[in-house]
Amino acid sequence: MPSDAAVITTGLRKVFRVPVREAGLAAATRSLVRREHRDVVAVGGVDLRIEPGEVVGFLGPNGAGKTTTLKMLSGLLHPTSGTVRVLGHEPFRRERDYLRRMTLVMGNRNQLQWDLPALDSFELSRAIYRLPEDLFLRQRDELIDLLDLGALVDKPVRNLSLGERMKAEIANSLLHRPEILFLDEPTLGLDVTMQRRIRSFLADYNRRHGASVMLTTHYMADVEALCKRVIVIHHGAILFDGALTDLSEQFAAHKTLVVTLERPTDPSSWSRYGDVVASTPTRATLRVGREATAAVVASILSDHDVRDLTVEDPPIDEVIELAFASAEAPS
Amino acid sequence: MTATDTVATTLADRPIDYEPTWRAYIRLYGTLMRTSIAQQFQYRTANYLYMIGMIAEPVVYLVVWQTIAEAQGGEVGGYTAGTFAAYYIVWTLVRNMNIVFTPFGWEERIREGQLSAQLVLPVHPIHYDLGSFAGWKVVVIALWLPIAGVLALVFRPTLDPTAGQIVAFAVAIWGAYLIRSLFLWLLGMLTFFTTRVTAIFEAYFAAELLLSGRLIPMALMPEWVQTLAMFLPFESTFGFPITALVGPITQEELVVGLLLQLFWIVVGAVAVRFAWRGAVKHYTAVSG
Repeated sequence: MPSDAAVITTGLRKVFRVPVREAGLAAATRSLVRREHRDVVAVGGVDLRIEPGEVVGFLGPNGAGKTTTLKMLSGLLHPTSGTVRVLGHEPFRRERDYLRRMTLVMGNRNQLQWDLPALDSFELSRAIYRLPEDLFLRQRDELIDLLDLGALVDKPVRNLSLGERMKAEIANSLLHRPEILFLDEPTLGLDVTMQRRIRSFLADYNRRHGASVMLTTHYMADVEALCKRVIVIHHGAILFDGALTDLSEQFAAHKTLVVTLERPTDPSSWSRYGDVVASTPTRATLRVGREATAAVVASILSDHDVRDLTVEDPPIDEVIELAFASAEAPS
Repeated sequence: MTATDTVATTLADRPIDYEPTWRAYIRLYGTLMRTSIAQQFQYRTANYLYMIGMIAEPVVYLVVWQTIAEAQGGEVGGYTAGTFAAYYIVWTLVRNMNIVFTPFGWEERIREGQLSAQLVLPVHPIHYDLGSFAGWKVVVIALWLPIAGVLALVFRPTLDPTAGQIVAFAVAIWGAYLIRSLFLWLLGMLTFFTTRVTAIFEAYFAAELLLSGRLIPMALMPEWVQTLAMFLPFESTFGFPITALVGPITQEELVVGLLLQLFWIVVGAVAVRFAWRGAVKHYTAVSG
């Protein structure tokens, strides 16, 4: 297997040993002499390969192992077993050459100096990453421009809104021109406009620089806007790894048909085609089994004078829920 | 099609010509100090009130010792009321130079994720603390001068240092700062391995209080305490810098004191290096 992938892991596993203790004084006393532990598998043998320039959505419910995986890829956690290489480095060695080529942005953590303008934090990042002046200025000005930060960078960070801070945070984390971006909930808590701004910036950054991006998010709009490929993780194991468009194929057992007729019909007649989500005499939204879709469409077209008909996959967040549900279902 | 198809060259094809290490460290410390000074200016009133609050402790010591000296015919162990005044006024600056990142702060640093944020940067986190607190010291020295002036007017210190003493003092307060930073970092790293660190920290600070010259000038301590203190870093962080300026001290003792500071800096740096390696290994194994 060629090794020039941006990220490559085999059997990547992380097990945490956590203390356990029952409630009550007796249990507290017992724990003084005999502490009990149990192993919690946060990531259970993950195989990944991400090519340079790919933008990958890394999805899963809370506690699925997303952040633990990102921490192992960025060097914050040492894997319990398995192998991991990012940009040709073993991240847990935390070599400076590696740390200079990556960035980890966590939506709930802050690298900016709270009391000072973001420009001061940018200067500090320049010193930390040993950036030559011309590159620093070019990169800084480009990021300020792309993120529309011009009016914000000379205000103390504490005076910025959450969204403005996040934009400044992202600019700060990209000054050193990282080749790989690990983004953990970068749009967390932001309003819709700001989410859209950050999404379009990330897409633009990826286009301009060919940087690889691995993104965890609970906002499906982030995924749809940025990621051609998604990896779904649940209970530390990969449930799905493939094109976003294939996700529905695998997990959604139905499609949604929206039919508009030229002439009214009896609304009760819609139920013979599938589950009726909504209906009027001239329009219906139907849920139809994936396999039966073609036949149902043919029936509707032959039975009615159809003005418009669309066939849609269910919304992506519904598909993801179905994927999680399939993992929970007894086999 | 991947995104790479749309760009002529990827970042890997355009390597960055990084600044040389020595210049980068000068820039890092310069930037950290400037940033810290700018930050502390935001809190100048709080800083001043904090410093004024800290004067209570040496003033109590000073009044007690001046009273004892007067009751004993003018001096105690060679210290007159005037030299006690000089000792405890210089004490106020040395105490401020001794304020470094507290070992109690590591728990919050870990809990709040600040440590994780630092660990993904290509620079050792100790440089953050050394550079940032050093910047704060510059503010502290500037704020201290008028306070020292007022204290001198009130308590009339006897202070007549030589040029060599002044130079040695200027070096020694920064040496003290470095030693205390390194040793408290070392102490703070216990937080990585156990959650029951408070008692250990308190024991350390109690030993430091008695064996550093903070509570009483070391020359007034029993002989065995002075001997014990020679094997510990505490006096280099407190008693020595004060005595370097206030005296009595010979040229040779100044040189030995500075060399001893250098020794403790090397010991502290080596110990931090190894302890940090173990601490990070533990941290990345269990929490991250």
